[in-house]
Amino acid sequence: MSRLDIQKTYKLYIGGKFPRTESGRYYAVTNNKGNLIANMCLSSRKDFRNAVVIARKAQGSWANATALNKGQVLYRIAEMLEGRKEQFVAELMVQGETNKNAELEVNCAIDRLVYYAGWSDKYQQIFSSVNPVASSHFNFSNVEPVGVVSIIAPENQSLLGIVSLIAPAIVGGNTVIVLASETKPLTAISFAEVLNSSDVPGGVVNILTGKKEELLSHMASHMDVNAIIYCGKDENQIKNINELASNNLKRTIFYKKGDWTSSNSESPYFIEKMQELKTTWHPTEV
Amino acid sequence: MFPNLNNLPVYDTTGVNERIARFCTRSIKASSKNEGLKMALSMIDLTTLEGKDTKGKVQQLCYKAMHPHDSLKNIPTVAAICVYPSYVGIAKKALEGSDIQVASVATAFPSGQSTLEVKLSDTKFAVDQGADEIDMVISRGEFLAGNYQFVFDEIAAIKEACGKAHLKVILETGELETLDNVRKASEIAMYAGADFIKTSTGKIQPAATLPVTYVMFDAIKDYYLKTGKMIGMKPAGGISTSKIALQYLVMLNEVLGEKWMNKKYFRFGASSLTNDILMQLVKAETGIYQSINYFSKD
Repeated sequence: MSRLDIQKTYKLYIGGKFPRTESGRYYAVTNNKGNLIANMCLSSRKDFRNAVVIARKAQGSWANATALNKGQVLYRIAEMLEGRKEQFVAELMVQGETNKNAELEVNCAIDRLVYYAGWSDKYQQIFSSVNPVASSHFNFSNVEPVGVVSIIAPENQSLLGIVSLIAPAIVGGNTVIVLASETKPLTAISFAEVLNSSDVPGGVVNILTGKKEELLSHMASHMDVNAIIYCGKDENQIKNINELASNNLKRTIFYKKGDWTSSNSESPYFIEKMQELKTTWHPTEV
Repeated sequence: MFPNLNNLPVYDTTGVNERIARFCTRSIKASSKNEGLKMALSMIDLTTLEGKDTKGKVQQLCYKAMHPHDSLKNIPTVAAICVYPSYVGIAKKALEGSDIQVASVATAFPSGQSTLEVKLSDTKFAVDQGADEIDMVISRGEFLAGNYQFVFDEIAAIKEACGKAHLKVILETGELETLDNVRKASEIAMYAGADFIKTSTGKIQPAATLPVTYVMFDAIKDYYLKTGKMIGMKPAGGISTSKIALQYLVMLNEVLGEKWMNKKYFRFGASSLTNDILMQLVKAETGIYQSINYFSKD
């Protein structure tokens, strides 16, 4: 007798748990032949709001974790992803990638995590400085995380895209709320399972699935979010984000590129974009 | 008159929890929610009861009570400020000209472990300083030992010392172990002369919960049916979000009814609830989720 396949229920990832959307809604995800591949949670603005509360709560202690610890955690994510490579390749193929591209994407994602793990105790030296001033002060600038970051993931390269955005954000001490690719959200939620088994404290990374159109304005306007990253080319959406983000002077970061495998997709400047420079004037004797 | 404690209803935790679960799933339309939030704001006893309280902190809190969030139009002030007796005079002066009441905890708050003499002078001091309301604690040790008459007499004596000031009796339900004990303590407090019964000091966990508040509502209802006298209710401690506050109001409406839906008969003892409500009200007005960083702390 042939056995029935056990299908995975894809849920959200908020605060280290896998809840369903509070709205109870879902949307169908199809492959490029139009066949149903999964029903995904259609997150509401309340799911986003809850995630922000949790991300805010997690931010202080995550930022205070030592650089060594943050680096270890990122390296651990890479280790866990390596162990589940086949699953991710298969899942990317279900979403329409070729075998070759899927393998490249997963390998690249693992390497990118290791890359940013290495930067955990190094980017500070690059972006901090001691500044010459004309008074009797010791004047220095150093970087601090901006805080809570909303991320709108790219539609394609649904695994590599979010890894390339999450890793530099969290290694710099931020916490994030990610809206996964709308058309290819499966790998994002499977990646949440990897995060959940990698010593990433609950609430540091939160992943939602749903419609950009519905959530974008809240992700851009929420007063308790400090930065927003948008991947895509829709000029109306970019304009909308810029306007709404101005309410609390939220930092806006836009990526229009489609390919995240190239070497210019990783650099310490991805970390720096989500850092705030703090300058201290310390009096010294004349 | 000492109440008859023999024929009180018995509370089944499972049953109470089921009833509570229903209060929590009521769907509230946006406009009602807005009114509910404003009502909750008007019922808050803005509280600071910390060892590190200072004159400045109390004055700051009084300002917050009178001006919860100036950019919001048409919102009420809070009902009262709740402080330790030593700050009553300062609060009274800071609130001059407003109708915000000054409540003071007394009677060796929060433990209540002292002699009646000390408790009475504690109360009288607060009243002399101008407190409009006194929040006393019952002697939980005596209550749990079955010494109900002692608890009753103590409340009655404090009530007398209060004079014109309203008396709220804190049962500290977190230490009473069972819902049946909560009911028993409520009866004793009401018959001994309480104007309000209150769940907790906020210093013991669990503080206010919906089940405990439900049992106290039930006691208030029975007392009203028997004597015609309306007793107020004040859940305190742990109510920090608008969502929970609305659940309390739904329960208040459904158990005690509209007559109790005002600050004369219902209060929230809270500190952080105020800003959460304000954030919700601004969200309703602007459509934008708010951050605590843009609201005054005290």
